[in-house]
Order: sequence, then C-alpha cells, then structure tokens
Amino acid sequence: MKEKTNSLKPSLWSEIKKNKMHYFMMSPYMILFTVFTIIPVIASLILSFTYFNMLEFPSWRGLDNYKQLFLSDDVFLIAVKNTLIFAFLTGPLSYVLCFFFAWFINELPAKVRAFMTLVFYAPSIAGSVYTIWGFIFSGDSYGFVNGMLLKYNLISEPIQWFTNPAYNFTIVVVIQLWLSLGTSFLAFIAGFQSVSKDLYEAGAMDGIKNRFQELIKITVPAMKEKMMFGAVMQIASSFSIGAVGAALGGFPSVNYSLHTVINHIQDYGSVRYEMGYAAAIAFMLTVAMVLTKNLISKLLKPE
Amino acid sequence: MINWRKMMRSKKVSRSKGGDFMIILMLVLVGAFMALPLVYSVVNAFKPLEEIFIFPPRFFVINPTTQNFKTLFILTSNLWVPFSRYIFNSVFVSATVVFFHIVFASMAAYPLAKGHFPGRDKIFSLIQLTLLFSGGAMAIPQYIVMAKLGMINTYWAVILPPIAGSMGLFLMRQFMVSLHDSMLEAARIDGAGEVRIYWQIVMPLMRPAWLTLLIFAFQGIWNSTGGNFLYSEQLKLLPSALSQIQAGGIARQGVGAAASFILMIPPIITFVVTQSNVIETMSYAGIKE
Repeated sequence: MKEKTNSLKPSLWSEIKKNKMHYFMMSPYMILFTVFTIIPVIASLILSFTYFNMLEFPSWRGLDNYKQLFLSDDVFLIAVKNTLIFAFLTGPLSYVLCFFFAWFINELPAKVRAFMTLVFYAPSIAGSVYTIWGFIFSGDSYGFVNGMLLKYNLISEPIQWFTNPAYNFTIVVVIQLWLSLGTSFLAFIAGFQSVSKDLYEAGAMDGIKNRFQELIKITVPAMKEKMMFGAVMQIASSFSIGAVGAALGGFPSVNYSLHTVINHIQDYGSVRYEMGYAAAIAFMLTVAMVLTKNLISKLLKPE
Repeated sequence: MINWRKMMRSKKVSRSKGGDFMIILMLVLVGAFMALPLVYSVVNAFKPLEEIFIFPPRFFVINPTTQNFKTLFILTSNLWVPFSRYIFNSVFVSATVVFFHIVFASMAAYPLAKGHFPGRDKIFSLIQLTLLFSGGAMAIPQYIVMAKLGMINTYWAVILPPIAGSMGLFLMRQFMVSLHDSMLEAARIDGAGEVRIYWQIVMPLMRPAWLTLLIFAFQGIWNSTGGNFLYSEQLKLLPSALSQIQAGGIARQGVGAAASFILMIPPIITFVVTQSNVIETMSYAGIKE
C-alpha cells in the first residue's frame, strides 16, 4: 500500500513483479504472435518504401511504390474497384444472413437446430468444395445451368459464365455468400443461445408482444459484443475475396473482371517477387480494413 | 399486478403462427441453396464419367460407382511421394496446430480476462485489431519474415502462425470474462496458484470455448494448402496434392469431386461431434446465475 504513494515507476515495477505469473502464461502465445503478426506488419510497412526482390538487400524507393500504385498502375485501380464492390455487396449481405439465420435457427427445437446449423455452416468448412460451382456454371453444355437453359430452349448456345464479365462477378458474389456463413454465423448462434432465459421472461412480463420486439429490445442489446465481433469477421473476409475468382475465373481473370487487391498482392508477391510493391499493396489493404472497422464500431456504438 | 399467464408461458408466448411459417419457409429455401451444391458435389463423386458428361445434365446419379475414388487412388499412387505421406503431413500439422493453439491461446486468455496487470488492455486491443488481418493480406509479409528465419519449406512455416491466431485467443478471452471472480477468489484463498486456477478451475469450465477453438483451428489448417510456404513434395499438405490432381484437366471432374468429398469429411465430422458437445455443455452450464 505504501508503494502506491511513491513515484509511478516503482509501483509499476511492483505491479509487473506481482503479476509475473500472468506474463509468463501469456509469453508462449505472445512470442509467436509478435513474430508472425506484429513483425510482418511492421516489416511490410518499412519494405513498402523499398524495392525488394528477396535476393538483394532492399533498396530505398521512398514513396515511389505508392505513387506507382495510385498514379500509374491501372490494374490496381481495377482491383480496388472490384474489391470495394465485392466488400460492400458481400460484407453487409452476409452479415445480415448470418444474423437472421442464426436467429431463425434459434427459434427451432433443439434437435433440428443442430442439424440446420450444420447445413448452413458446412460450405464454409468444406474446403475446396466450392469448385463444384465451377461445374454448375461450367461453360459447356454439360454444366448444370447451361444444360438446363439449353434443354428448355432458353438459350441457343452455352454461356461462358466465368469468362463473361457480364456474369462472372455476380456468380462470384453468390459463391461468396454461400461460403460466408462461417465464424460470425457460429458466434451469433452461440450468442442467441447464451442470452439468459430470465431476460426473456422479464421481457414478457414487461409486455414484449412479438419476436421482433424481443429481438430488438432484449436479444440485440444482450449480444452486442458478438455483433461487433461478427462485423469484424465480415470485414476481414469480404476485403479478402480473391481465391474463388482466381480458382474459377482464371488468374488473371478476363480483362481483370474478377481481379481483387488480394489477387494483386499475389501477383506481385508470389509471381513477380516484387516484395516491396506487394508489401505496399498489403499495407494499403490493412489500412482500409482498419478504417472500415473503426467506422463500423462508431456506427454500432449507441449514444 | 402480476400477469401470471404471461410469465408461465415465458419465451414461447410471443410467437405467431405466421412468423413461424415464414421462418420455416426461409430456412427451407435458403437451406436448400446451402445444401444442394454440397449434395451435388457428393453425388458427382459417385458418377461414372459418362454421366458427368451427359446432356441434359442430371442432378442425381443413375449408376453409382466408386470408379472416381479408384482413379484418385491410382493417380495418387503415381505421385512423386506416396499418398500416405500427404495424409501424414496434413494430420501431423493439423493435430499440432490444434493442440498448441488451444493450450497457448487459453493460457494467454486467462490473464487477459481475469488478471489486472500493466499493459493488459493495450495487449487485448491489439489482439482485437489483428482479427482483421486476413491470411491473404498477411501471406506476403509473413513469407518475408519466415524467409529471414529460414522457415520456408519446413513444417514450422505452416504450424507456427496459426498457433498464434488471434481469433482463438479473442474468443477464449471473451468466454473467460463471463466467469465469476468469486470462484477464483475462493481458490486463491485456498492457496492455489494462478497456473493451477487456470488449469483446474477455469479450463474445465471453458469446454465450450476450447471446442470452438478446436473447430476453427482445425478447419483452417486442414483446408490450408500451405501456399508458397511449402514446395517440397514430401512436405506438401493434402489439399495441395489433391488440387494438383484436380488440375489435370476436364476429365478429372469426377476425380476432383471425389477428392473434395474426402477432404470435406474430417472438418464436417469434427464439427458434428464438437457441436453436439458444445450444445450439451451449454445446457449444463447453469453457473451463470
């Protein structure tokens, strides 16, 4: 107690010493976290001002990477446009899907609930199964959609779904939504189930009339933390769209119609080995995600 | 005045029949959209080649066959390394990641949830921020760091980063915050150290949380191809071996479906098993008061 009246330093040190067990418990995780998350982010910020090909020592380029990115790299601007459209379509839509279907499922009897949770969650954990969409929308007449359209004479020749920019973007959005009932969805399922029954009973006594009122007045306030978590997960995944388009529409896609920022990072990082430039793109993407998250946390925070 | 009738009917009072109908209708329609592509993929795995290339296409199989699986087996035994090696790699890497992720993340979550020490809130908000950093954005920066550490093309490259995945720690910490301090205080008065409290009191109560971590960590690592981190054939993971086979052309359509089928079974089974455990544990979790 006496220590606290002294200057800050010894008291801070004694606090640290007192909790040394806690620091010790955190250290295995924190060491790995620092090496594989913190250092890479800092390294990519520094390298984004250099030319770096993994073989030679990085050479300083100042802001050249960023200038090139925004002033002369037309493909990057296409990638930004595509990423933003993907993110603003799939992000909010899949958030709403996750939330409402978790709610619907929570209204079911317990036995059906587990099964329906599996049905909705399965696509997101089934790995490469999304390639089945490549067969459903295959460009020849054996593809399921083309075959059906041809059979009923709705089209006269097969449509190249993945290489025609008129269709491929929409199809990738549909596939992304199909894949998107993942982590946030489970968090919502768990959230709905962990709302205390007492709250609902108290709500019923206070005159809650229907399930919407119950949802808005009781459930949503009770699971606010999980809703923000869901939003963060949706931002992270919707800004990272790229793998599905590359697998089904080709890499690079026709006229870069499916090209996203993630694809652009892969192009410069894994194909051309221009790591400085790739780091600049990766850093911009990270900044965009953080800004969006801050915006949303302001929106979700009431009062 | 207390409305006893409303209280007795508790939660189910406010349910209209029309609302129930709408919910079931939505669940059936969207559920079909979710399930049919998966079913189609499974059905395709059992289709003979002539049924895959048929016009008009059929959803269901007429003469189911295991030919695709046999072809997959033949193709995989012609790979550079025996197929069992890919299976070993994936199982070994997944088991290691899942185990250490649960242990390390929960060990770090306990002080973050229940400790009071300098830097706690700063560390946790940093963890929360990094939830945003997706694999795609991090791959290149991580590649650079791993190259410096000489980890490229070793198991370390695929094992270590997911062990310190921030989502597991975040979820674990959130669950732990809800535990009552009184219980921990009682243990402290009895003379239990922090490690013992974490292991003997907190962890058993955290069962739903660590099963959730198990699902997420396993699903992530099992579906990972290892990206650019692994290039030696004998280190590669199952998904990358199977996608090499799938890439072998249009005639591999059925084989590809068979490969997808084999790959999706473990994550789905783990989820089915752990999900029922989570729900079961939840129904016993009457500690919340």
